[in-house]
Amino acid sequence: MSDLPEFSIRVDHNPYLPAGGRETHAIVTVTAAGTGTDAGTDASVPASPATEAAEVIIIDASGSMSYSGKMAAAKRAAKAALNVLRDGVRFAVVAGANQPRMIYPKGRRLVAADASTRRAAADAVSRLDAAGGTAIGSWLRLADELFAGHQDAVRHAILLTDGKNQHETEAELDAALAQCSGNFVCDSRGVGTDWNVAELRKISSALLGTFLDVPDPKDLEADFREMTAAAMGKRVTDVVLRVWTPQHAELRFLKQMVPVVEDLTGRRTGTGMIGDYPVGAWGNEEREYHLCVEVPAGDIGRQMRAAWVKVVLPGGAGEPAERELAAGNVLIEWTDDEAKSTRINARVAHHTGQSELADAIQEGLEARRAGDEETATARLGRAVVLAGEVGNEQIAGLLDRVVEVVDEGSGTVRLRQDVSKADEMSLDTRSVRTVRTLDRGGQDGHPRTRATRPTAGEEA
Amino acid sequence: MGGHGSERAGDGRDGEAAALCPACGEPLEPYDRFCEACGRAARADDGGHVETELPGRAAGVSDTGLARDRNEDALAMAAVPRTRTVCAVVCDGVAAAPGSDRAARVAADTGTAALVERLEAGDGPEKATRAALDRASRAVADLAAGHRNPPACTYVSAVVEPRSVTVGWVGDSRAYWISCRGDRGSLLLTRDDSWADLMISRRAMSEPAARADPRAHLLTGWLGSAAAAFAPHAATFRPKGPGAVLVCSDGLWNHLPDAATLEEAARAAAGRDDGLLDVARGLVQAALDGGGHDNVTVALIPYPPLPYPPLPPRSTDPDPPDEPPREPLR
Repeated sequence: MSDLPEFSIRVDHNPYLPAGGRETHAIVTVTAAGTGTDAGTDASVPASPATEAAEVIIIDASGSMSYSGKMAAAKRAAKAALNVLRDGVRFAVVAGANQPRMIYPKGRRLVAADASTRRAAADAVSRLDAAGGTAIGSWLRLADELFAGHQDAVRHAILLTDGKNQHETEAELDAALAQCSGNFVCDSRGVGTDWNVAELRKISSALLGTFLDVPDPKDLEADFREMTAAAMGKRVTDVVLRVWTPQHAELRFLKQMVPVVEDLTGRRTGTGMIGDYPVGAWGNEEREYHLCVEVPAGDIGRQMRAAWVKVVLPGGAGEPAERELAAGNVLIEWTDDEAKSTRINARVAHHTGQSELADAIQEGLEARRAGDEETATARLGRAVVLAGEVGNEQIAGLLDRVVEVVDEGSGTVRLRQDVSKADEMSLDTRSVRTVRTLDRGGQDGHPRTRATRPTAGEEA
Repeated sequence: MGGHGSERAGDGRDGEAAALCPACGEPLEPYDRFCEACGRAARADDGGHVETELPGRAAGVSDTGLARDRNEDALAMAAVPRTRTVCAVVCDGVAAAPGSDRAARVAADTGTAALVERLEAGDGPEKATRAALDRASRAVADLAAGHRNPPACTYVSAVVEPRSVTVGWVGDSRAYWISCRGDRGSLLLTRDDSWADLMISRRAMSEPAARADPRAHLLTGWLGSAAAAFAPHAATFRPKGPGAVLVCSDGLWNHLPDAATLEEAARAAAGRDDGLLDVARGLVQAALDGGGHDNVTVALIPYPPLPYPPLPPRSTDPDPPDEPPREPLR
């Protein structure tokens, strides 16, 4: 792949620690830029032909899909996705039920997209019937089998489902995810209101993809087109974020914060001072990560590199040598100047707030479902405060449909009694979708981030 | 500070001797300010101004200058006690290519280490000079991965032996002979790989016209991944009397282009009984006074090199990276 994006890393943090201070927080922004097309902006622009791509479209064809116009919408969406595939992309369409089955091509393989295969695939999709149950793990295993042998390509799957994974055990799904993880990226979409948010979250998280609710089937088509165009915009795959930390230091957490909250801490491979975290496929895009490192305390005036973050492309069949694409330092210094050490970096505060917001929503909705109104009221009230602080208007709007805000400042809310299932699922699904750091209005005392502090690390 | 470059200098036992982290004792990477084991800053933040010295044998100063944000020049020096040789390398990162500061750092450190290793192994100065250039070139090419516009730098080295001076270069960093005899014997030892020099050597333009052309400074040779641009030069010179070899980046010679002017500036900077480092500082200051629009780096090696044992170490400087040479070893 000669057409690698140009990666760069920016680090934002307060480098100053007080005497005895051990914990540092930093926001690491990774940007991939270059001459390729922008991901997902315009499906008609052919993406860089230098990058091979493989695409598997998985459509839920269980019996429930035949209600509410879902099957017809799914067919239109799949055809829209097929139209966005550029020539030469290897692809297949799979229908999922109790067992997966090949819709196009007939055999278990991928075929190269061109005018005639796209048309043949669309015809096969038109003839698709809905019957049977839902066993998502088996569908993903088939996709995994199809991608095998295409290791140099950007491997991407789209999963559409409308139901819970009822026809296999949770252990079977987990085993399938363990098998597929790292082999391809999968974006998931739930249509209707009978699917399980936690389940799709787990799938997209394991497969480094996005997931979204599509309450109205007629929105599927545009969504599929956009998702496929974004996949076509990816120009490098299997990227790794490598984090070095000093001896006797501990990486407390590494969370992706933009575009969605995703805790990567447990994904670490490698032991000792260097850990690798898979971050999937990249087009021209920017992602932000919140890194927290605990280091041995240093003397006043001492400087230290608390972390060294690199974007690494591991060696593969075509290019055996591992390549380092960008690097950034998290440097710290101990000071006795309290004015410096107590300052909180605005971007760290912003992302700390967004992370807590996602937790508050998920915990609040969980309590609400369990009938624990007191916890639900407290957590969702907190979420209202945080959504205001970080300026996440989409989430504030969704919260409004689930709770009645009595006083936004203090987070006093009342649970609404007549909440639609779609609204609740939408809030749950979108709780992890963040907004970018607000740069306008300056960094000083921005009212929206004023009250948010890193959860720990302010001990003097 | 006096750190960058001098950590390897003077030790010379095996050419690979690295400085150790003062906090945890692990070896330090030559281009890294922070220990790659314990993370602590092992060298002070130089703020773009670096001073390095092998007392009595060599001294160098590098400065960001007045117009640039950062210093993309690099400087390294070392002594090989057994052959009574002192060497220095100056590299100038190409500002237009991202990562060139690191390229310059890697080239200067790799080149110096290779010079020490080859001289210790018994190679003659010219052979060692070419080997060091090759190795520095490969080290810079290795940095190219993932860059559309790969890092690049110039390179100039000086190897000062008891009876000769050898210079090696690619690009437009220069070496000068500065005579101490007041006989107008100072002279430029290198010829730039630049557009201006190409025009002059082809007799396509007069020297003043070529130097005044906006394209004068375009490089026709450099260290980097484009192998076609790599055509290193080496030359040996036998001085007739005492003096010094000066290696520098174009940040210095832009303002003090000819050897006689440099000799005058060095004489002015030397004052009454100032040391080598003061002279190097004075030359850098002269460039800053002249406008200092680029990074300025200069290294000075007196000729003939001091016999061993060397001057007693200075006792005023406890900072380990500033540690003076630990010879004599044999």
